[in-house]
Amino acid sequence: MQFGIFTVGDVTTDPTTGRTPTEHERITATIAIAKKAEEVGLDVFATGQHHNPPFVPSAPTTTLAYIAAQTERIILSTSTTLITTTDPVRIAEDYATLQHLSAGRMDLMMGRGNTGPVYPWFGKDIRDGIPLAIENYALLHRLWREDVVDWQGKYRTPLQGFTSTPRPLDGVPPFVWHGSIRSPEIAEQAAYYGDGFFSNHIFWPASHTRQMVQLYRRRFEHYGHGSADQAIVGLGGQVFMRKNSQDAVREFRPYFDNAPVYGHGPSLEEFTRQTPLTVGSPQEVIERTLGFREYAGDYQRQLWLMDHAGLPLKTVLEQLDILGEEVVPVLRKEFAALKPAHVPDAPTHASLVGRAGGAHDATVHATDDVTGASPDATPSEPAVAR
Amino acid sequence: MSALRLAVITAGLTQPSSTRLLADRLTEATVAALAPREVVVEVVEVRDVAHDLTNHVLTGFASPELQVRLDAIAEADAVIVATPVYAASYSGLFKMLVDVLPKDSLRDTPVLLGATGGTARHSLAIDHALRPLFAHLGALVAPVAVFAASEDWGSVDAGSLGARIERAGTALARLLLGNAAPERSDPFEDVTPFAALLGELHG
Repeated sequence: MQFGIFTVGDVTTDPTTGRTPTEHERITATIAIAKKAEEVGLDVFATGQHHNPPFVPSAPTTTLAYIAAQTERIILSTSTTLITTTDPVRIAEDYATLQHLSAGRMDLMMGRGNTGPVYPWFGKDIRDGIPLAIENYALLHRLWREDVVDWQGKYRTPLQGFTSTPRPLDGVPPFVWHGSIRSPEIAEQAAYYGDGFFSNHIFWPASHTRQMVQLYRRRFEHYGHGSADQAIVGLGGQVFMRKNSQDAVREFRPYFDNAPVYGHGPSLEEFTRQTPLTVGSPQEVIERTLGFREYAGDYQRQLWLMDHAGLPLKTVLEQLDILGEEVVPVLRKEFAALKPAHVPDAPTHASLVGRAGGAHDATVHATDDVTGASPDATPSEPAVAR
Repeated sequence: MSALRLAVITAGLTQPSSTRLLADRLTEATVAALAPREVVVEVVEVRDVAHDLTNHVLTGFASPELQVRLDAIAEADAVIVATPVYAASYSGLFKMLVDVLPKDSLRDTPVLLGATGGTARHSLAIDHALRPLFAHLGALVAPVAVFAASEDWGSVDAGSLGARIERAGTALARLLLGNAAPERSDPFEDVTPFAALLGELHG
């Protein structure tokens, strides 16, 4: 099982000091957090994608490539990549490049985005959110699997004889998760392709997560990718920990009360009762997290949101220490003991290469613009110059 | 024959409330008009979930206490609503409840409208505020609605409150009995197959 963190990348005023970080501070803090995540033994770091203040991560592959260069082991991912408003051709190119630069240490999670104006800013309409996610991903899926693509759709200019470069590392496309809070169409999409399904799981009651995950598992089996309990599930989570529960509650309350998403609404106590948010001791976090599998089944990836609502960097790094030292080692052991042998781990580049029967270089040396044919890339046949 | 489910939404704030009084009278009249059919009545006092409604608007999800009430409304065969008139319209709390009802949960559901106010001069609020709201929701709104002004509770004139309530209850019962139960689909059970989702794009 993989454990990690995901960031939204919000620039939020610290309600206890009234201080708001600059964008530069927030971006460098994101890097520090990612490196810390690796240092404390986490498996995954994921960043969001946003195109409006107060969020900084508008260029996720730039950030992730920088982190990849400064880390050795951690898997870099997204939370989420906007499949609706980002050109799928650019996603194919950007993330294939990241895949090469990180030596396969990456995957990505598709999401639709719920900020209305972002759609028109990129020439789209939020009411087309689901069809955009379906069409754009169908194209992306082909771009990583077919050297030369002829394509025509509703939302993007057609492609004739198009080759997305670079080709995926070792001939194996990055693994993809699909994230959605409440759209059954997205669970269905993930199941159809045999991709992973990620339930954000932090702002909503467990009953919603259960419903979405069950649908995804059932349809995963329907499409013949394996049995329902072999489907690839990821869950979000949100925690704040101190040695003593009361200290955690006292320290986190002002951040909760003023948080952009749920602030000035339910009390911390109501919210922790109704959603997976856990504020307390490491032991409480362990128990709560183990409880997730009771309704989501044996799952493959657990990501926590740690650096939001104006929490200072120092506090976030302390939280990561607690997570890495006291929580994740116990969860690794406990989840491993509970998981039946036939339930797979989350796919990694290495496992996907293995499944594909080994690595092969997929470089396309040139493409004939007229015929769309892709010449064989063996050295005996000279590449055709464009 | 299974029992009919009647949900009653009442948005009065005081205790006792004339809005609740009107809601109860409309309920009695409807149940009587439906006899001998058995009716299960579920009353939703908006005040009881006032904080939950605010939280729902802010967070996007319902507390368990609110969820059971939303479910009762969505699953009802018919709905009676009663709201006080504030500033020429339904009360804000009443509208918050309507705002968080799941999409299409009142579509094709027979609905009886009731409102209360200090004087009869507010009675048109039913027709210029409540009726368009429920038209938007796609409800089958009964043509007879009841407005109860303070003075109506002390009146014995013919054509007074009691007779109007009885007529309204009968109207709702007729709508309900002449109306096949609307089909509800569960998007988690009746999945649209992916091929169809893809196909719609090429249609």
